[in-house]
Amino acid sequence: MGKVKPGPLSRRPDNSAFKQQRLPAWSPMLTANTVLPFFYFMALICMLLGVWLLLTVQSTQELKLDYTEAGTCDICFEKRKNVSNADQPCSCTVVLSIKKAFKGDVFFYYGLQNFHQNLRRYMDSRDDAQMVGRKNNLKSPSTYCLPFDKDKNGLPVAPCGAVANSIFNDSFTLRYMAPSGSVLVPLLRKGISWYTDKNIKYRNPSNGNMTLPQVFEGTGRPLYWQKPVYDLDPHDATNNGFINDDLIVWMREAAFPNFKKLYGVLYRANKPFVNGLPAGNYSVDISYNFPVKYFQGRKEVVLTTLTWFGGQNHFLPIAYLVTSCLILLIAVILTVAWCKFGKSGRNMEE
Amino acid sequence: MSFFGLDCVKKKERELERKLRANDREYNLSFKYATNAIKTSKYNPFTFLPLNLFEQFQRIANAYFMFLLVLQVIPQISSLSWFTTVVPLVLVLTVTAAKDATDDINRHRSDNQVNNRKVQVLIDRKLRSEKWMDVQVGDIIKLENNQFVTADLLLLSSSEPLNLVYIETAELDGETNLKVRQALTVTGDLGEDIEKLADFDGEVRCEPPNNRLDRFRGTLTYAGQKYSLDNEKILLRGCTLRNTEWCFGLVLFGGPETKLMQNCGKSTFKRTSIDRLMNVLVLCIFGFLAFMCTILAIGNCFWELNEGSQFMVFLPRQDGNDAAFSAFLTFWSYVIILNTVVPISLYVSVEIIRLGNSFYIDWDRRMYYSRNDTPAEARTTTLNEELGQIKYVFSDKTGTLTQNIMTFNKCSINGKSYGDVYDYTGQRLEITQHTERVDFSFNPLADPRFIFHDHALVEAVKLENPEVHAFFRLLALCHTVMAEEKKEGELFYQAQSPDEGALVTAARNFGFVFRSRTPDSVSIVEMGQQRSYELLAILDFNNVRKRMSVIVRSPEGKLSLFCKGADTIIYERLHLSCSKLMDVTTEHLNEFAGEGLRTLVLAYKDLDEEYFNQWKQRHHEASTLLDDRESKLDELYEEIEKDLLLLGASAIEDKLQDGVPQTIEQLSKADIKIWVLTGDKQETAENIGYSCNLLREEMNGVFIISGNSPEDVRQELRNAQTSMKPGEDSVFFPESTLGKGVKVMADEAVNGEYGLVINGHSLAYALESSMELEFLRTACMCKSVICCRVTPLQKAQVVELVKKYKRVVTLAIGDGANDVSMIKAAHIGVGISGQEGMQAVLSSDYSFAQFRFLQRLLLVHGRWSYLRMCKFLRYFFYKNFTFTFVHFWFAFFCGFSAQTVYDEWFITLYNLVYTALPVLGMSLFDQDVNDVWSFQHPQLYVPGQLNLYFSKKAFFKCALHSCYSSLVLFFIPYAAMHDTVRGDGKDVADYQSFALLTQTCLLFAVTIQLVLEMSYWTAVNTFFVLGSLAMYFAVTFTMYSDGMFLTLPSAFPFIGTARNSLNQPNIWLTIVLTSILCVLPVVTYRFLFIQLCPTINDKVMFKVRQAKATLPPPPRRTRIRRTSSRRSGYAFSHAQGYGDLVTSGHYLQRPALYRSSGLTHTGRTTTGFSPMGRSAGYSPTGRPQNPKVPDVEGTSLQMYRTIKEPSL
Repeated sequence: MGKVKPGPLSRRPDNSAFKQQRLPAWSPMLTANTVLPFFYFMALICMLLGVWLLLTVQSTQELKLDYTEAGTCDICFEKRKNVSNADQPCSCTVVLSIKKAFKGDVFFYYGLQNFHQNLRRYMDSRDDAQMVGRKNNLKSPSTYCLPFDKDKNGLPVAPCGAVANSIFNDSFTLRYMAPSGSVLVPLLRKGISWYTDKNIKYRNPSNGNMTLPQVFEGTGRPLYWQKPVYDLDPHDATNNGFINDDLIVWMREAAFPNFKKLYGVLYRANKPFVNGLPAGNYSVDISYNFPVKYFQGRKEVVLTTLTWFGGQNHFLPIAYLVTSCLILLIAVILTVAWCKFGKSGRNMEE
Repeated sequence: MSFFGLDCVKKKERELERKLRANDREYNLSFKYATNAIKTSKYNPFTFLPLNLFEQFQRIANAYFMFLLVLQVIPQISSLSWFTTVVPLVLVLTVTAAKDATDDINRHRSDNQVNNRKVQVLIDRKLRSEKWMDVQVGDIIKLENNQFVTADLLLLSSSEPLNLVYIETAELDGETNLKVRQALTVTGDLGEDIEKLADFDGEVRCEPPNNRLDRFRGTLTYAGQKYSLDNEKILLRGCTLRNTEWCFGLVLFGGPETKLMQNCGKSTFKRTSIDRLMNVLVLCIFGFLAFMCTILAIGNCFWELNEGSQFMVFLPRQDGNDAAFSAFLTFWSYVIILNTVVPISLYVSVEIIRLGNSFYIDWDRRMYYSRNDTPAEARTTTLNEELGQIKYVFSDKTGTLTQNIMTFNKCSINGKSYGDVYDYTGQRLEITQHTERVDFSFNPLADPRFIFHDHALVEAVKLENPEVHAFFRLLALCHTVMAEEKKEGELFYQAQSPDEGALVTAARNFGFVFRSRTPDSVSIVEMGQQRSYELLAILDFNNVRKRMSVIVRSPEGKLSLFCKGADTIIYERLHLSCSKLMDVTTEHLNEFAGEGLRTLVLAYKDLDEEYFNQWKQRHHEASTLLDDRESKLDELYEEIEKDLLLLGASAIEDKLQDGVPQTIEQLSKADIKIWVLTGDKQETAENIGYSCNLLREEMNGVFIISGNSPEDVRQELRNAQTSMKPGEDSVFFPESTLGKGVKVMADEAVNGEYGLVINGHSLAYALESSMELEFLRTACMCKSVICCRVTPLQKAQVVELVKKYKRVVTLAIGDGANDVSMIKAAHIGVGISGQEGMQAVLSSDYSFAQFRFLQRLLLVHGRWSYLRMCKFLRYFFYKNFTFTFVHFWFAFFCGFSAQTVYDEWFITLYNLVYTALPVLGMSLFDQDVNDVWSFQHPQLYVPGQLNLYFSKKAFFKCALHSCYSSLVLFFIPYAAMHDTVRGDGKDVADYQSFALLTQTCLLFAVTIQLVLEMSYWTAVNTFFVLGSLAMYFAVTFTMYSDGMFLTLPSAFPFIGTARNSLNQPNIWLTIVLTSILCVLPVVTYRFLFIQLCPTINDKVMFKVRQAKATLPPPPRRTRIRRTSSRRSGYAFSHAQGYGDLVTSGHYLQRPALYRSSGLTHTGRTTTGFSPMGRSAGYSPTGRPQNPKVPDVEGTSLQMYRTIKEPSL
């Protein structure tokens, strides 16, 4: 541009394929030769996928138990209705029976229904900078945490915000009613969160050789918590502070109001659990703390085995099968339409 | 100078009469007349920013984004960061402002250039060189030869005898012939005497500034006497002084008040119909947005009442907000979130696409004219897609359709026709550039530019054939051309009309060189011998006489009368002895006219000395008569111009530009209606109409509207309507209901093809508000319309009329200043560049050098631009609606809390990065079929005119489609994920994973949709599509990486999500399923549509596919046929259409006009409408094996070709 070449044809445009819009190109068109085979092929693929997935999903086992008011928990349920009883502990037990042994790894989940972890203000009410161990944020949490940023004494809350404050705080003990007597089912309570969360996203603030309580000196615990953050796991000192697995799992907010979160994995080193959970009766001792009556929620425990495909969700296999039928149906209709109108090419005459 | 501009804008009271006094600035200043400075620019440095921003914020979209920005900074509402809006908004504003600024700078430059031209002004009794802009009303200025006239002047005196000046008015009305102006004797006497001029204190009272070029009324009071002033004494700005050494003039109107500027029309900001549609749609979308937000706000209100109040333990409300207030806030939060239905990137992209397509026009080699090195230029970059929707083309004639070059092409002398070239077998050859030319080297005075191919004529001249000599002698003597001989042997002719120039030039080359003239003699060089003829009388041309004669005395003393004129007229005055010659000449004339040539018949007569003296006496008496002078003179002329002896006929070609008939044919195949608006005479215009295929022989009728009163015109229009739609009553419009409400007139079907010719007088009546609908209706029923003798303003009025009542897109094309108003009025203005005047180009939107490029501009560039723009819009709305609706569905699951479904970064980058390039690539490269096929099938243009590709309906379909897609894109992932865990039992139903999944599904779905839209896959497109997907994953993994999180934890909270969820098979199975379900209905619908009711595009694309096996069709090139005799449509139509004509009933319906009896024929009626059938001028070119025998006996009247009438 701007250059003025001398000569009679100085303003003649370049003869490049781009400027003359002659770039070589491929012009696809929806023809019967491509569309119809493609449709039949897709129908077949979806069918195969659907069947395969269905078989996979069928091979998993799942057991769900709503314990909100079940068994002896109705007392606790009533008790938790009232905020003034919040400090009083309450335990209850529910029983469940497994008809067919759960083979392989068994996962223990707690589930909540109608709990909106996905409200905008709820989700915003956290301070990732604090939880990654930034010292500034530890002492002066982000304003997003309001009103859970300071406790009654005006101390900064760690971890701050509505999400951490509302942590699910029921705890479970699973017992196997073996013919020989009740056996505690060992659950691994660590390694249940994403590797990235455990190691990168959440870090305790470090300060030389100070112990955790020292580090968290000068911060208050969240309003609804009974224990401070550095004392969440009494059994394992490394599972405390912001890197506590239960806290991390909770902090990964669910997308929908009904969700389940991993509580523990069956420890299969010892008999009788080497092959999974044997059939029989089980009881779950619950330390019933989390109130759900307020929001008309339900609580449940879920025991399940998994495949590569995940848990027992029938939606995808069925969806694939339905889609396959749909494609097949459409393919047939298109074939008929093509034979009737398009095949002769008469419809393309002007 | 801008202050002056402002002054005249502000002037409120209308001037009723202009008073001024020469050489009295003080007096004249008291009226505050505009000075001679002009201003076409819009801004100055200080007003640019506020004015431009003000203009830009008048765009709904810009204002809307400003509003969004305000919302986003309110913390309670803000659901997205403020920068998501600011960055694009600033970008848009800057780009647009920069463009406006450059445009305005260019206007400033051209203003400055004009304003700073120098002219000599008489100030303080001295001539001083002043800038144009400093010239004021009442000043006396001196103009020299070839200078532009500075302002509207009253001519005072001139260097030429009788105070004449010659001016060229091409800039004003497009006519290049010279016109004469004459000063009053009383002022003419002032001469060149500066003292006298300085003492001149005449007072002028005249009409206020107006735009009528052909009228002026005023009086001059000088030395106690009153003189009346008319148009003949006025020099208008824009004219050029010719053949006049100098002249003095008194400035009457300056700058913006000159008739030229008053005729320029207002420059308005042009917008395309898609723009307007988009504004409507955007309004609808706002409504829809408000609707969605209201629903969600109500939902929020209920949710807060039922559930939120119970959830308050975990999430207390902000101080004192109740459910209703929360709903109110939610409403605005959702306004922000859902704003992507009208994304600002839409406007940026639209501008980029238009810019790109404008560059294609600039770059197109096939619109480059090498002869004067002029490429096509898109001067406006915002109107491209409208080029694909043109329904009406308004064209100027002179310089646009024609080259405004007349060439002497053929002649018939003494019954022998010259001009065609035959090979040795007697076959007529088509004349091309390579045909051997006649060598005129024997004649040192020959014009080297003159080209002739028939050697026989030159031989005849050399053999001293007396008739041939007489023929050329006549041409050299009988005219009103002026000769200028600056150097010995270098002759320049100044002709009043180009055809006269052509005839004299022809005579010059054949050895009869017109050298100079005095008032009573004409000197010519006859075959090398200088001879001077005494010029005894000029019996000048006028519209009624349609002939011109001179009476000369040869050096030998022989008295002769030479006459040339329209065939019908001359034939009536021929001596009976010529009847045989007449028949042969008639044949030739028919042949010439059939080829679209302008013919003149030449005749002469030797006069008796005695008789002439007596006649001269009577002539003198008659010319001094006070009353009835005209008719007496006419009688005398009649008397002497009789018993003429026929010499022959000349045929002049009004050279069309290359490829004009083909272009017009192509455009009319594309269902584009072409109206020719010309300042030229009716006959000329009509003739061109035939030769360029606008009016055709096989048309069922051509209506001539030339009434002289409103009633006549109305009646003629009605008659025309009745004959086009015989079934209908003659009362077409219940006129009361026409009233004020502007209605849209639908197209009407008529029983055949018709043409309409209307002249300026009638047009003036027809454009009155009471009749305009009648006129429009008639005109629109016709296939083509020719308006002749129209003023620049009328041109604009016609365009406005069509724009007003027809919902169509119009294009005006012209080359001169007289076309400026029309170019500005039409939706698209096209200027023919490379000519002398640049006014038209400067005010045009597109410019190129040749009319024939119009077909490429419309059928290729326009069509593609429209197609691309529509595809772009459809796809863009689809992708954004889909994007947005997912938020809507999610709202029902997140307590209407205005939580977004996607990651905030994805929202920011979706339009700017992830989907921008693929869709831009599509809208810059896409073509359904290539240019060759576009030319082959002009019908492909029709969908654009009907707005088929993007309309409210198409938009609605888009919205429905995206609604479906969004349902799939939300609910499939929801169902697949809500109760699922990863293969290792860990969480994958969390919000972040779900966000990632949905956005990935969305991106795949819209990309595949784009793949389906694209019909032209270049490497660039592929790169863009794949690159954008790759970009998405690259950016996503980066944004979700450890490093980014650790630097800014709160900005990148999605750390690890991509790694932890995209490695899950069920995630990918979900993506595949959503993609299949999104594509399925689209492919099904399209395939079925192609099978059941394929569009013209499908058909042509199908053809292209079939033709790919064989060779593509050869490109249809408009061959350069400069002297081809087969160019004219008249000849063409006969080559193939004649049989149809005879067998069809039309032939019989038309009045058969025989002219073998020629003498009694009166020609076409000039008043009253006549359904004119032109029949049967059989052209032998159609049947070369039998070249000269016309097999149709009855031939109709030909157009009488006439020389131009002098002056306006």
